Amino acid sequence: MAIPRNQSSIFVDLMWREVKAVVAKDLKMELRQRHSIGGVLLYIIASVFVAYLGFKQVTNVATWNALFWIIALFASFNAAARSFSAETEGRKLYLFSLASAEAVVVGKMLYNAILLLIMVFLGFAIYILMLGSTPLLDANWGALILSLVLGATGLSFTLTLVSALAAQTDNNLGMMAVLGLPVILPLILLIIRFSKNALDGIAWSVNGVYAWQIVAVTILSLGLSYILFPYLWRE
Amino acid sequence: MSISWWKWLSALVVLTTLIVGLKTPLSPGIPNVNPTKLDYGATSVTVTGYNTHFQKASESLQIWVKNGDAIFCPYETAIVDENTMRASFSITEVLEGAFFDLYVNNDIDGTLFLPQAFLQNGMEVGLKPDKTEKCLDRISVIEAETYDFPNQPILNETIRNILVHVPSWFAMILVMLVSLIYSIKYLNNSKLEFDTRAETAAHAGLLFAFIGLATGSFWARFTWGAWWVSDPRLNGAALGVLVYLAYFVLKSSVSDREKSARLAAVYNIFAFTMMILFIMVLPRMTDSLHPGVGGNPAFSQYDLDDNLRLVFYPAVAGWMGLALWIAQLRYRMIILRLRRKTRNE
Repeated sequence: MAIPRNQSSIFVDLMWREVKAVVAKDLKMELRQRHSIGGVLLYIIASVFVAYLGFKQVTNVATWNALFWIIALFASFNAAARSFSAETEGRKLYLFSLASAEAVVVGKMLYNAILLLIMVFLGFAIYILMLGSTPLLDANWGALILSLVLGATGLSFTLTLVSALAAQTDNNLGMMAVLGLPVILPLILLIIRFSKNALDGIAWSVNGVYAWQIVAVTILSLGLSYILFPYLWRE
Repeated sequence: MSISWWKWLSALVVLTTLIVGLKTPLSPGIPNVNPTKLDYGATSVTVTGYNTHFQKASESLQIWVKNGDAIFCPYETAIVDENTMRASFSITEVLEGAFFDLYVNNDIDGTLFLPQAFLQNGMEVGLKPDKTEKCLDRISVIEAETYDFPNQPILNETIRNILVHVPSWFAMILVMLVSLIYSIKYLNNSKLEFDTRAETAAHAGLLFAFIGLATGSFWARFTWGAWWVSDPRLNGAALGVLVYLAYFVLKSSVSDREKSARLAAVYNIFAFTMMILFIMVLPRMTDSLHPGVGGNPAFSQYDLDDNLRLVFYPAVAGWMGLALWIAQLRYRMIILRLRRKTRNE
């Protein structure tokens, strides 16, 4: 009975190598065409600036928190929307020969997560600079940083499949919003709740439930994407 | 040929439950008292009954208020008409709680009860009540001989809505589930027939979702006081509608038949999971006004009343059957339309 175990480990190994190849390919593409990653960053900065002009300083914790996550949400839509629509037919064919569909979607998810993590942390820093840091006074920093990490990962994981769907229609960005917003709502509500509690300095024993729920939703969307994406990929 | 008996049966059941639901009288109750505060000293209140027989049963009519374990009787009562009476209380004692429950008892209506009918005003609330009166000679227990629906405080006549609102959501969930199953089937073997079936089931589901939203909105207006309250269950329902609207937008935005079917099937599975997550799971984590959520009773509240259950369960089954029938009719319509189109070409 050693063979199946061996086979499965080979499978995981192969899968991992393919995932790494997809992520590496996307990273290389990104570094070559800096305008696209710069575009997302500029989007965040511009949104924060608009929020700053509209609000000046926000001292209300709930508003501060919700506003940040709304900006992060739209930034994540923007970032995720490019993950498939940027691929030309030739590059799709290259990806197809490079890796299995499962590896492609997992790779794209990981890549999106890395991208969004950078964006969210940068955005958070700019947000604090512009809209004030008074809501952070009582913050539980560990939980707050965890909320940023979980939030960025969850958003990008869930939106990757939506992006793959939207990329196959004619109106990519519009479809992204129409399809994505209803799907993302449970997750974004959980994230907002979790980080609000983190800002209020509520103990982990109470707030930890939300972290686990965010993890559960993220894993669920990972699993669903893993199963469903191959049907979108075969063409 | 008559395998379609369930369609006629469910249509008949829906019609019957609607008629019975609207025609059945409500059992006697006390929807209203005025004023809603009992002052220190003497207070005279007007008690408004509904479907009650104050005059007919005037000889056995008794009224009292209860605060904690203490019972207070009126020093004077007057019956205005069948549904209106006045009672004057004189209360100067130390109370146990801030609220008084109201009881009215007579031989025809039985014991009627309005919880937290009055708030105390200017009285002393302490640990020990001073006195308890005994104003009951006997409690008349009435065997229900007429068929009626329970008269719940706040709900009152709107309780009939349970026969439309709740079954429409059950029916929606059922056809959405059917749609999901056909989407999975489509991904398995790419037969366009399954895609059409999934689409038509989702269509029927959307119809019932709108019925559920509309009836729910009316119900909220007359019980909670607003057409829409920010409540996890309500927002979840709105989200469900959004998901399926997005499904149709996706379907119509891709012109290639095969491709649109594949995309829609994938989205259907993904979105259905998220919607169930939102409607079923998340609201239980937070407080909600809606029955069945956040510690509010769902159907157990009506368990006492078999009269309502007798209509409610068939109504649920009937609405589900009707939803399946509508989905099937729509499917046939689309197939016929397609056939005509190919014949013309």
